[in-house]
Amino acid sequence: MAQDERIINIEHLSKSFGDKKVLDDINLYVRRGEFLTLLGPSGCGKTTLLRMIAGFLQPDEGVITLDGRNIEGIPPHKRPLNTVFQRYALFPHLDVYDNIAFGLKLRKTPEDEIDRRIRKVLKLVAMSDYEDRDVETLSGGQQQRIAIARAIVNQPKVLLLDEPLAALDLKMRKDMQIELKEMHRKLGITFIYVTHDQEEALTLSDTIVVINEGKIQQAGTPADIYNEPVNSFVADFIGESNILNGTMIRDKEVSFIGHDFKCVDSGFGEDMPVDVVIRPEDIYFTDSDTKAQFTATVKSCTFKGVHYEMFVDTDKGYELMIQDYDAYEAGEEVKLYIKPGDIQVMRKERTENTYEGSVVADGKVEFLDTEFECSTEGFAPGDKVLVSVAFKKVDLLDHDDEAATVGNVEFILYKGDHYHLTVRTESGEKIWVDTNDIWDKNDYVGIRILPKDIRLTKLQENG
Amino acid sequence: MGKRSNWALPYFIFLVLFVVLPLLLIVVYALQDGSGHFTLANIAKFFSDGDSLGTFALSIEVAIENTLLCILIGYPAAYILADKSLNRSAVTVVLFILPMWVNALMRTLATAELFTMAGIQLGKGTLLFGMCYDYLPFMIYPIYNVLDKMDKSYAEAAQDLGATPGEVFRKITLPLSMPGVMSGVMMVFMPTVSTFAISEFLTNNKIKLFGTIIQENINNSMWNYGAALSLIMLVIIGITTVLQGDNKQEAMGGAV
Repeated sequence: MAQDERIINIEHLSKSFGDKKVLDDINLYVRRGEFLTLLGPSGCGKTTLLRMIAGFLQPDEGVITLDGRNIEGIPPHKRPLNTVFQRYALFPHLDVYDNIAFGLKLRKTPEDEIDRRIRKVLKLVAMSDYEDRDVETLSGGQQQRIAIARAIVNQPKVLLLDEPLAALDLKMRKDMQIELKEMHRKLGITFIYVTHDQEEALTLSDTIVVINEGKIQQAGTPADIYNEPVNSFVADFIGESNILNGTMIRDKEVSFIGHDFKCVDSGFGEDMPVDVVIRPEDIYFTDSDTKAQFTATVKSCTFKGVHYEMFVDTDKGYELMIQDYDAYEAGEEVKLYIKPGDIQVMRKERTENTYEGSVVADGKVEFLDTEFECSTEGFAPGDKVLVSVAFKKVDLLDHDDEAATVGNVEFILYKGDHYHLTVRTESGEKIWVDTNDIWDKNDYVGIRILPKDIRLTKLQENG
Repeated sequence: MGKRSNWALPYFIFLVLFVVLPLLLIVVYALQDGSGHFTLANIAKFFSDGDSLGTFALSIEVAIENTLLCILIGYPAAYILADKSLNRSAVTVVLFILPMWVNALMRTLATAELFTMAGIQLGKGTLLFGMCYDYLPFMIYPIYNVLDKMDKSYAEAAQDLGATPGEVFRKITLPLSMPGVMSGVMMVFMPTVSTFAISEFLTNNKIKLFGTIIQENINNSMWNYGAALSLIMLVIIGITTVLQGDNKQEAMGGAV
């Protein structure tokens, strides 16, 4: 792609607040005129990124260029960008007209020109005849429109929108989504939109950038992100999905939920553990025995407006979510199949917990800032070691008297027959746990690992 | 009468005894001569007495000067206190408010003592210094309060729309903090008009303010004229309050 198609280019951008790394080596470009959405859960760093583009925050490292020009050190008031703030931030001492005229007056635009542009922009946001109104008398949706008008009247090169619809009710939000998309089309301005609402992102965007924990997880068109999520976080965050452990038997053949399936992926190697994502609408019911790949018992069936949402237990004991236009009663035996093209296979980010640790004494090893007992045969105190612990060998306890250390449940993924938990330990590191017990997000848990489940290997010294 | 409205009764009695009755007494005394007959002579005396009028004008002048001085010193102080990047500690705020905890009379006496020790001639300068010292916290606090609670996104939005830091202050921060300034003005201007202790101690009675002549009249048992002067002051303060209320309805909204 030609460089000049990129209006904003971000390279190796990092930012920390105190000890906490909020953004970590962000690389991203924005194409001229596109609607780009930064999507992620709260606290993922998306708003920080937007504020750095706007100039309210300075990056610790990295470069942001606008139209090929490095904008480092340029204060917000000199950047040809405008922001629509989450809480609108309309000036309460000015009426609608003066709010919108604020930027134009600062630039000494002639009166009649201001007048003309305000009339035009008010028409665009469907707020004509509201010029003289006090902003505090407007409803949330109306204030939102004025906030958008106030920004776009300045004809910015890029419009930044920080969760602009978050404060509106559902109906209003849906209407505004359509209008925003329409405005984007009419104006031809580049939009950078921040939201935590995946549905909003899918509806509005040309490009979605999924961010989690300060890192870009995936960037692509809504269809790419939805159909081909690159990891289980994206798959879980965008839309509904069944995320399952699987094994790539060989090219174009994958095994999961106790059955072998044809798929379209290759290049993973043989007998390679993988994550498999199946969207609930991609599991089909059939009457034909030859078509059916596995059977299941319907557990529950709920009407969702357009489709039915069913949970089934498969013949090998996995739970799957299925969406279909036809309803199957709870207790019914059903035959199911999945098309090869609907199976999304993802490389596993990790297959077990690994930490760098050190042997502190005979039978004692330290990692996660904690001493654990285990066999240290073949190692001497002071040796640096690589510690491995299988996901399902980590015990979570609801009391901490028998626990080696403690942590908080950060993220929960259901994998059909067990939960895959991400736990943030006291030392700030992560430990991944496979369990059948039900925990909630943010639960405070004790962590225990039995001595026999801790495996040590010699750490390769690099010089 | 409902049970709930009974709770208001003690306050009602208090208001009648300590606010309404004294006010009525002032009005009654102001409109009587020494032997208890109705007269407007006391009021007329004020408007025909050059000394009283002069003192009154001086009082207003001093009060205006003091109020302006308090705004000039107090606004930047409040601004700095409310700016998290300049002041991270709540202690500094308390330190600024701390003088309010000490009796004003004692502070004034101490200030007078300091001037005497330093050999500084008592006069209008020392008077203004003392007044400003006494009333500054009453100006700082309401302004600080408004600035501290102000949504930072207003300033950011203005910046985003192209305003330089100076323009952000002139067009956004200052107008939005006016309710605080108004509260401060009310709390500084009116008490300064009627003060007498400060002028007595800090000018050795060289400068007489309106409060001083009221006090002198009352002390010399000229109750009726004293009451008339009080009434005139009340009316004038009342008028300015009402005018201010019209200008800025939310003036009290920003108060402490």
